Amino acid sequence: MFGPLIAKPGSSRVNKTGSWRTDLKPKFLHKNCIGCKICSGACPEGCIIDEEKNNYSCDLSFCKGCGLCAILCPKADIVMVKEKEA
Amino acid sequence: MKEFLEGSQAIAKMVKLCKPGVISAYPITPQTHIVEELAQFVANGELNSQFVNVESEHSAASVVLGASAAGVRVFTATSSQGLFYMQEVIFNIAGLRLPVVLACANRAVSAPINIWNDQQDSVSLRDAGWIQLYAEDVQEAADFHLIAYRLAEDKAIMLPVMVCLDGYTLTHGIETVDIPSQELVDKYLPPYKAPYKLDPENPLTIGPLVDSDSYMETRYAIEQTQKEVLKAIPKATAEFAKVFGRAYNGLVEEYRISDADRVIVAMGSVCGTIKETIDELRKKGKKVGLLKVTSYRPFPAQEIYEALKGVPRVAVMDRALSLGSYAPLAAEIKATFFGKKKKPSVISSFVAGLGGRDITRDSVKEIFRMLTNKERTGEFIDLKPELLQDKYE
Repeated sequence: MFGPLIAKPGSSRVNKTGSWRTDLKPKFLHKNCIGCKICSGACPEGCIIDEEKNNYSCDLSFCKGCGLCAILCPKADIVMVKEKEA
Repeated sequence: MKEFLEGSQAIAKMVKLCKPGVISAYPITPQTHIVEELAQFVANGELNSQFVNVESEHSAASVVLGASAAGVRVFTATSSQGLFYMQEVIFNIAGLRLPVVLACANRAVSAPINIWNDQQDSVSLRDAGWIQLYAEDVQEAADFHLIAYRLAEDKAIMLPVMVCLDGYTLTHGIETVDIPSQELVDKYLPPYKAPYKLDPENPLTIGPLVDSDSYMETRYAIEQTQKEVLKAIPKATAEFAKVFGRAYNGLVEEYRISDADRVIVAMGSVCGTIKETIDELRKKGKKVGLLKVTSYRPFPAQEIYEALKGVPRVAVMDRALSLGSYAPLAAEIKATFFGKKKKPSVISSFVAGLGGRDITRDSVKEIFRMLTNKERTGEFIDLKPELLQDKYE
């Protein structure tokens, strides 16, 4: 039997790093978003997908839970929630 | 005085109060903060000690071995790969009967490389002749260093002590800690006077070639001394309670066991989580308890026997493995009851929290749930089967 020991060459697109996140993840409330792109611009992982306003999301396969997006959001439309929360 | 400190800072402050003459260590996560802090004390002139920078853990262990042999109180700290790199010196230190104190910030071992907590590193060195104490919280981790020096330097013992503390949980976690005054520490821990030492004025050899005529006796002597340590630990902790007002059993700690029908046996910081879970389950009428093993070496078999002989079902939680055999702590708990008339009807073995996987209240509840009349061997908790494959393709 083998566990996940071998990673094939490739960028972090292939080798995901979201498991480094410890306790908190961002939750996009989709209420007051103005589509300013501050969150996606600030995200150190570049893992916030900015579509239309009130339609932003985050790829949790890469998010480290740093919380910058939540702090910077001018409309407080992003909150950090416990990992288990939906 | 009570202070709000990171675990590593608390340990460094406690070690400083013990006034080691020589400190040598090599940085390794998650241990680094401990010696970083001590190096700062030395640099600031707060601690009159030789801090020897070295190029590896093998050298760090060798430096403290040599200094201890020269009659000086010494300290070192490491983790995981660092402890393994020290391994031959670790055996030498015990074999030479030198009272070295080492803080092991428990971390998983490679491969695959993982810097998070389990107890595989120190558990793997259980056979080295060292005394091993496992701390539950930061206060214990700090206090055990005082007890460690007291035990190690007891002239009837003269064995090294490894204070094992879970990496991150106890090295980076911040808690309120009572750091005693220098006066009290001096009362508990007098200056070290070596019964034998390397001294040009009075030449002697420590650790010459010992052939088959007498090698066995050196090993037998350590084995017998380990039994003496079982009596010395409660004395050292009783004396500690008198001076500092904090009481530790030092060998095992029973938590809500007297009427329990299911008990978990565990070591280290996870005991805090288990106690919380027990309180929660007790409110619902479940009769559950915990036996915390503080001293893994020497192994307090008699105390464990007395604590568990009337408990119907026992679960042993290991945070280390002996790959290819029974989990280490479980094997010894089972051995304790082999052939005994009074014993638990079930002793099940569980493995949890390897490589830093959190052991949550739910994990603990899962163990209690699985602790049925069916005996389980090396049952992994919170395993993710979806990450496994039968062969590599």
